[in-house]
Amino acid sequence: MTTTAEHTVPDATPIVLEKTVVRSRKTPITLSVVAVLSIVLFVIFRRGGDTTFTFAGGRVAPSLPQVVLPTTLTCVILTVVLVLMAAASWWILARRTKVPLWYSSVFAFLFVVAFLTWAAGANSRPLPITSLLLGAVSLSVPYIFGALGGVLSERSGVVNIAIEGQLLAGAFLAAMVASMTGSMWLGLVAALVAGVLVSFILAAFAIKYYVDQVIVGVVINVLVLGLTNFLYSQVLAKDPEFLNNPPLLPAIPIPGLSAIPVIGPVLFDQSIIVYLMYIAVVAVYVGLFHTRWGLRLRSVGEHPQAADTVGINVTGTRFWNVSLAGAIVGLGGAYFTLGSVGSFSEDMTGGQGYIALAAVIFGRWDPVRATLAALLFGFASNLQYTLAAVGSPVPSEFLLMLPYVVTILAVAGFVGYVRGPAASGKPYIKS
Amino acid sequence: MSQEQDGAQASVDESALQQAGDADVALETGAQVPPEQQEPNRWNEALRQIMGGSVVISILAVVLALIVGAILIAVTDPGVQQAAGYFFSRPSDTFEAIWNVVSGAYTSLFQGSIYNFGRPTFASGIRPFMDTLTYATPLIVAGLGVGLGFRTGMFNIGGQGQMLIAAAFCGWVGWSFDLPPVIHLVVAVAAGVVGGALWAGIAGVLKARTGAHEVIVTIMLNWIAFYLISYLLRTPGALQAHGSNNPKSPAILPNAILPQILGPQYQLHFGFIIAIAATIFVWWLLERSSLGFKFRAVGENPHAARVAGISVNSAIIWSMVIGGGLVGLAGVDQVLGTTTGGFGSAIDAGIGFDAITVALLGRSRPLGTFIAGVLFGAFKAGGFLMQAANSIPIDIVLVVQSLIVLFIAAPPLVRAIFRLPKPGPRPPRKQKPATPAPVAEEVAAR
Repeated sequence: MTTTAEHTVPDATPIVLEKTVVRSRKTPITLSVVAVLSIVLFVIFRRGGDTTFTFAGGRVAPSLPQVVLPTTLTCVILTVVLVLMAAASWWILARRTKVPLWYSSVFAFLFVVAFLTWAAGANSRPLPITSLLLGAVSLSVPYIFGALGGVLSERSGVVNIAIEGQLLAGAFLAAMVASMTGSMWLGLVAALVAGVLVSFILAAFAIKYYVDQVIVGVVINVLVLGLTNFLYSQVLAKDPEFLNNPPLLPAIPIPGLSAIPVIGPVLFDQSIIVYLMYIAVVAVYVGLFHTRWGLRLRSVGEHPQAADTVGINVTGTRFWNVSLAGAIVGLGGAYFTLGSVGSFSEDMTGGQGYIALAAVIFGRWDPVRATLAALLFGFASNLQYTLAAVGSPVPSEFLLMLPYVVTILAVAGFVGYVRGPAASGKPYIKS
Repeated sequence: MSQEQDGAQASVDESALQQAGDADVALETGAQVPPEQQEPNRWNEALRQIMGGSVVISILAVVLALIVGAILIAVTDPGVQQAAGYFFSRPSDTFEAIWNVVSGAYTSLFQGSIYNFGRPTFASGIRPFMDTLTYATPLIVAGLGVGLGFRTGMFNIGGQGQMLIAAAFCGWVGWSFDLPPVIHLVVAVAAGVVGGALWAGIAGVLKARTGAHEVIVTIMLNWIAFYLISYLLRTPGALQAHGSNNPKSPAILPNAILPQILGPQYQLHFGFIIAIAATIFVWWLLERSSLGFKFRAVGENPHAARVAGISVNSAIIWSMVIGGGLVGLAGVDQVLGTTTGGFGSAIDAGIGFDAITVALLGRSRPLGTFIAGVLFGAFKAGGFLMQAANSIPIDIVLVVQSLIVLFIAAPPLVRAIFRLPKPGPRPPRKQKPATPAPVAEEVAAR
């Protein structure tokens, strides 16, 4: 990172005007690395034949005609475009302007298209785009709920490492209650309650006893993991018919919207939890940035002394918002048992809470950006399932690794130094 | 999370507690009693200090966690549930059932971890304790590595990945070369340490050079290492054993195996001696070396450290490299010490994550981490017997462990439960009721 400062000091003015342009080489470097990678993969290890993309319809939406592309030609053209774009990013840098985000996004999109064309090339089975996106959305649901909870909690000044624990607790209690009562609604409510209960532990120790929030978060994750595993093998596994057999939430197509090709079946033919997720994203965004509640929440997270001075109850605001965050994450946990799998199993969240945490930081503590980051993680995770199904040449382990490599590249290249809420992680001790 | 907030995480509990008027830190720093408030009766004062001190809090935290564990065991036990069905006609049955299941569980926990009175000789009776130390060995070194990161303000969740890479490095040296006895072992251990250090170093370099958050990077590196090792273990010519279809590595050559230090009857291997040496090394590094001083300065306040002329970036990188090397030692213990017959991709056995709890319980201090590692090793050793003998899932150990850390981190809670006196000088009674109470008292009273 270089900083150039140009001083213009007119004689008459007493104030020194300083123009600082911060140039970052990180984006061009990352783009160049990816461009070189594309040359290696798509040109040196090029594959012949054709690539077929299919766009299957849903229960209501019609199918689109399939697209057949010549693999080698498409890959080479896209690689040339990527190399040119990477070169142009250095030119943009030389002109001392920042590489815009849309530029990086277009670059990333073209790379993904090139990669899909290459991986599904050589006359292998057609690549189903609809199911690729559908799977990506399903895998993203817990990430998005987790990320929203993380954003809320951290914006109010409490680091939420306990997302993993809240997800797991939500999944467990939702499965148990829904199975015992046979009611999906009670299961959803139970997931909310479970998330709030875990949040209470976090809030009590972090806000009341000033214990380091990262410590409490990590320990809560271990506690919930141990507790759910213990109860699973001691209680649930002994009578799975009665205790661990919850009904699955049915998919509800939204009239009109669900008839749009590709987008309809992916976004608008989902279960109630996914629709609740859309509402939650919008509500958290509007609430945080356009309401009094959000202003108070953010002020408590940025500068609690100042908030206290103007009469905001810091402890109370933090406590209730951490609880609300827990409720949101708990709902995401219900998706595991009521939305996708249909029964609880040990450690079924498998570290996804930590990925949601990564989405929070990747999305710079902004609900919309965090949601997009979560979707990216979901897409990357789902990619390997789809590519394994069409018979890709890459060993499955490397495809599984891909989302994590992409995340590191993205975090190192595009996100860089991130600044969280100023008072996040610091207990507020009123004096 | 901003950098400075990260920086403070290992010490925030202390500074917060210190501000809250807690004696844990005050006892260590020796600044207990402001002179104007000294009480005349020194014995009373000493008693108050002991009762409110950190040792008692730690013991009571363990007791509390065991009580909660007992409640969980009792509530979920079918025998107790059956007896509770007719509680009002014969309550003694319920209590008897509770006593039976809980005492049985904790007896197994003790016999599996400390001393088994059922064995004829002392040598065989003490064997569970040797198992405890064996389980504790990787926990101690990994805890030291994670704790070193905490002291520099780095939150290293990447223990799993660092252990896996270290296992691959030292395992490869362990079965590929045929070297003389001592040299082979030294080279293999060194290779493991280098592997862990390299993997953690990636996170350190990225943090220092690009600002990539180490929590994200280490989590991602865990997964990358896991899939990389899984791939190599199933690829002939890489890490897979010859003529095998299983994703498993070849056995370690005898020269590279860590020797058993107390004879063949105990599993305890030379790794425990290395763990003791590592503890002393980390103590020396943190308390007596200038590099360690830089680590702590960066951990306390990176901005102040930078102003004082300390290179924050190099401190971050070196702390991750050394910490990763220590975590790598845990992988070495696993491959060259306990599972010498070849390993799979689950060789880390969750130690990378347990190490975080160990470091937290040990308050990121070398001796504390050592003791915490032995305690968790005991829970692990005893938990296996408890699962086998009493069919109580070993997961209860996770619950008890995490509760211990929670309770130790919140002394006011433990004091409130046991109605212990607050540390420090006795608050003036009935003299000045209008005096504003210190924050900790205000909070504890709420």
